[in-house]
Amino acid sequence: MSFASLPATPARPTGLRRLLASRIFVAGAVLTGIVLLMAAVSLVWTPYDITRLVVADRIQSPSSAHWLGTDHLGRDILSMIMLGARTSIAVALVAVGIGVGIGVPLGAYAAARGGLIDEALMRFNDLVFAFPSLVSAIMITAIFGPGAVNAIIAIGIFNIPVFARVARAGALSIWPREFILAARAAGKSDIRITAEHILPNIAGLLLVQASIQFALGILAEAGLSYVGLGAQPPMPSWGRMLYDAQTVMLVAPWLAVFPGTAIMATVLGLNMMGDGIADALDPKARGRR
Amino acid sequence: MTAYLFKRVLFGLATLVLASMVVFAMLQVVPGDPARLMLGMNATEDQVQVLREQMGLNQPLVLQYLDWAGGLLRLDFGRSYTYSVEVSELVGERLAVSLPLALISLGLSTLVAIPLGLYAASRRGKTADAVSMGAAQIGMAMPNFWFALLLIYVFAVWLRLVPAGGFPGWSAGVWPALKALILPAVALALPQAAILARVTRSAMVEVLGQDYIRTARAKGMTARSVLWRHALRNVLIPVLTILGMQFAFLLAGTIIVENVFYLPGLGRLVFQAISQRDLVVVQSVVMLLVAAVILVNLLVDLSYALVDPRLRGNR
Repeated sequence: MSFASLPATPARPTGLRRLLASRIFVAGAVLTGIVLLMAAVSLVWTPYDITRLVVADRIQSPSSAHWLGTDHLGRDILSMIMLGARTSIAVALVAVGIGVGIGVPLGAYAAARGGLIDEALMRFNDLVFAFPSLVSAIMITAIFGPGAVNAIIAIGIFNIPVFARVARAGALSIWPREFILAARAAGKSDIRITAEHILPNIAGLLLVQASIQFALGILAEAGLSYVGLGAQPPMPSWGRMLYDAQTVMLVAPWLAVFPGTAIMATVLGLNMMGDGIADALDPKARGRR
Repeated sequence: MTAYLFKRVLFGLATLVLASMVVFAMLQVVPGDPARLMLGMNATEDQVQVLREQMGLNQPLVLQYLDWAGGLLRLDFGRSYTYSVEVSELVGERLAVSLPLALISLGLSTLVAIPLGLYAASRRGKTADAVSMGAAQIGMAMPNFWFALLLIYVFAVWLRLVPAGGFPGWSAGVWPALKALILPAVALALPQAAILARVTRSAMVEVLGQDYIRTARAKGMTARSVLWRHALRNVLIPVLTILGMQFAFLLAGTIIVENVFYLPGLGRLVFQAISQRDLVVVQSVVMLLVAAVILVNLLVDLSYALVDPRLRGNR
């Protein structure tokens, strides 16, 4: 390439363009997109009404009428998976929202102030990390009762220290930079600097973490509902479907295959998107992950 | 070194004390009176009051907490409401299943993942790297209880090599007991191994790009001795960190996977206790797991000092 062909002002490739050039990101986005689409379509339409139990149609293998077969109550598996996608996504998304909404301000505040507040936050993080998240989610749902809302809270609480830690570490690396000094010289307050300069600069990091926590949230929700502490019937959930499938696995193994594949595809898609974003943020590290 | 150790131990203890307060406080908000729960619906108010007095439930919360925490130190967790035996006895029985299970799967995942990660790093950018990291992606995305179901279908239902669930007890002999634990251990190991392999690979790639590796090669060391003398030691730090973090995931994973295989471990115990509202048992198991996590993280912190001589200095 000759110098003449370079643009006059060196334009940095935009984040989005770099992302779209990443094959792993695109593949992940497509997978995740399919699941999101299923969940969205289920809001207005599913192939069958799963609240109507048709016992005559129970445990059918995949056919043209029921693409993925039916369960022990005659419910259409494809419809259940579409509705289950909604449950999974809603639980994991709100749990990530809790983590970002509380964790990021905490972490950013600790980084801006330092000292005792920072130390206190780190000790609080140690405390929360000492509780194996699923164990505590089980304890929380055991105390406050099983259900989707309590599952969200239980998963969300453990997202708080994760985002606090990432936000703090990210912010600490930005604070010593010169443009922050310039902003300070211009008389901006810590809060304004955080909002205008720190947060935009750590948004990518947070996005990577959000995709990871989203994926972990999907897995946690599936685990909780598998053991009966997550979304309660009749609300369909992938974990619950796997629990039901286990009892009839001898005669209908496919019932255990489809919900599991749905969980795996969603988590895989989210993780791949996270990897793609991380690569785009730090091109030098590409191939290290 | 001493200061570093001292600080770590102190933080560990402080976290443990705080965690015990959290666990204690949480169980206080549970609706229902344990004394009434133990005596059943037909008990009179007087009987309930007598039992409350016996159980120390009428004392101020601070005293109740100190009493409970003091008991923990003597490994006295109290008595189970429903089983009417010492919780420590119950937990001890169940640990005989859960602990070997966790250790076997930790061993399995380490044995598979570290060599795989190192291999992928050595073939960076080649097909073998892409294939092994692709497999790791899939391993991370598979819920372990689903993987467990698939394993049961293939190895227990189809090939009939191992039992589909249940546990004969160690008294039935080591081999039958191990046979009952092998599928759960593999199911638990998969996601752990996937994460560990990724971390090992990226740590190795990072280390191999360092100047001191080039220097070591330049002064004539063979690739093999560079790997053993310089690279591995530096790879160990992130790997140890992940191993420590995974222990917590492993314990949590045991709880669900034990339910898939109907193994009489801590996980089953917790679920039975939850359904019977036997909160002393829930409280004790959670506390035990938290203590285990804190202890393992402490050991990881201490092992940093062994691996990384810089930490033995003034920090």
